[in-house]
Amino acid sequence: MNRNEKVLMRRDHTYTGMDARTPVIDAQDLRKTFGSFVAVNDISFSVFPGEVFGFLGPNGAGKTTTMKMIQCVSPKSGGSLKVFGREAGIYQRSIKKRLGVVPQETNLDTEFTCFENLLVYSRYFGIPKQEATGRIEELLGFVQLEEKRDVLIERLSGGMKRRLVLARALINNPDLLVLDEPTIGLDPQARHLIWEKLKVLQAQGNTIVFTTHYLEEAERLCNRLVIMDEGKILVEGSPAGLISGHVGSDIVEAEHTPEVIACIENMGVSYEVFGDMVQIFTDNPREVAKNLFDTCNPGHVFARRGSLEDVFLKLTGRALKD
Amino acid sequence: MAQSVYIPRLTRGALTVWRRNWDVFFKTYQVNFLPPLVEPILYLLAIGYGLGMFVGEIDGVPYVEFIAPAMVAISIMNSAFFECTYSSFVRMYYQKTFDAMIATPLALDEVIAGELLWGATRSFIYSSVMLVVLIGFGVVDLPLSLIILPFSFLAGLLFAGIAMCFTAITPGIDSLNYPSFLFITPMLLFSGTFFPLDVLPGGLQIFARGFLPLTQVVTVTRSLTLSTFSPYFLYSIGWISILTVLFFFVSIHLMKRRLIV
Ligand SMILES: Nc1ncnc2c1ncn2[C@@H]1O[C@H](COP(=O)(O)OP(=O)(O)OP(=O)(O)O)[C@@H](O)[C@H]1O
Ligand SMILES: [Mg+2]
Repeated sequence: MNRNEKVLMRRDHTYTGMDARTPVIDAQDLRKTFGSFVAVNDISFSVFPGEVFGFLGPNGAGKTTTMKMIQCVSPKSGGSLKVFGREAGIYQRSIKKRLGVVPQETNLDTEFTCFENLLVYSRYFGIPKQEATGRIEELLGFVQLEEKRDVLIERLSGGMKRRLVLARALINNPDLLVLDEPTIGLDPQARHLIWEKLKVLQAQGNTIVFTTHYLEEAERLCNRLVIMDEGKILVEGSPAGLISGHVGSDIVEAEHTPEVIACIENMGVSYEVFGDMVQIFTDNPREVAKNLFDTCNPGHVFARRGSLEDVFLKLTGRALKD
Repeated sequence: MAQSVYIPRLTRGALTVWRRNWDVFFKTYQVNFLPPLVEPILYLLAIGYGLGMFVGEIDGVPYVEFIAPAMVAISIMNSAFFECTYSSFVRMYYQKTFDAMIATPLALDEVIAGELLWGATRSFIYSSVMLVVLIGFGVVDLPLSLIILPFSFLAGLLFAGIAMCFTAITPGIDSLNYPSFLFITPMLLFSGTFFPLDVLPGGLQIFARGFLPLTQVVTVTRSLTLSTFSPYFLYSIGWISILTVLFFFVSIHLMKRRLIV
């Protein structure tokens, strides 16, 4: 067996006294305030065993705040939050034992090498050294950092650091991975490598929750996702479901002229204007395009598949956040 | 909520935090060990012997032997204090080490407790090194002075706790200069270190005896290196013990207030 295919997380979701459909995370009207500022505004969601669940949203949407509550490092201000069926605010230690966490900000120990970083971290979980050592070698292999085993953190590239943080999150065979922007600041190659690793973990049936700004990332990896904005969940669903539900399977773009608008209005299809462009959401792009050419002078017409990005922009608006 | 009621959650976890700092320290021991070796030699030569030529004796004790225990006390104070202010602040604020730790089963209480124990360990390490130098110069009594070894850990824990309180409330790393210059520096001079307390004005004397931690530590180390005991010895030991426990818990509490948001 290829060592990369070894099981890196526990897969038997036979949590004591729970059946397979008991949510790994269950949030009801979860709320977080900082003073009078509401960062997370009564959100409800459930994540089930084996799911990859994404949180999307612009800067300041409340994603990290939500992750921190799941990780039991930030107390909630209201509502209920259960992880592994237990109240997150009470059973912090037993929950944290079973979590793997990738924080938004890389916080490796710069004084240590890759190997030492994982070893020191394994001690926090009380993993015996012998067991930890074997596991660390395995994990360094998994994230393709064997060659950097004895290299100090400051000599690593951003992508390597991120991969090491992912390896670190797997040190305790977690039942649930919580990743806050796992691919933040990485180039396309490095991002693809992380995706590949997450796909392996996903294929092994692991439960993963992650946040991202990359819509492509969410579209590729998530079984289900929510889009958050200003502390609220705007929508929840599968990537395909959200696309077909909010923008249709395809999008036809044409130049924004009064003539074009008039003829779209005539067709009675839904559209939106973005600057000098008009976007028509449809399940039938050929017919729309044909119609445009037949009835008006649309200039350049461009048809493409609808994406999560279209859903995102439609729901959160195009103005810069923060 | 539960956060406001202070229930310490201290387990072996604190030792893993301590161990992390220990490992870092010994990775860079070449840099870490030189200052505590060089510093006492310089002071001993310049102040002890140089200035001592003019001072002669204090209460029948050669000046160099008078300041030797003070130097051990200052080293106990400085190592724990600077470790748990600037260094802890860097770990907490810039390196986000605490964030990484509390994402594991460790509770913040254990993280801070580990930091405090480490601060005390640094006091132990540096004062031990210094003690060896002083023994080499033959300016401290043996074997009584060896009691300084365990004592340095206790006194170090006191300064670690005080330091951690400042770290918990400081808005930024620059503000830590205030306790360094307004608290540590005056204490270094007015705690019976380089001259006896009785030359101070009465009010200041009472203040030093009642409120300055370094005064207590100097009292203890000097009693040990000179083998002369007064009732102040027991008073100082009691003072240090009580305030060590107090600051240990208060600093953990303040840190939780700062970091658990
Ligand atoms: N400790 C804090 N004190 C006060 N306000 C905070 C604190 N942490 C977060 N906030 C505020 O809560 C809001 C949500 O922050 P959060 O970090 O959860 O956003 P995010 O969705 O993760 O954003 P990004 O994509 O930029 O990481 C922001 O407006 C932020 O300023
Ligand atoms: Mg964030």
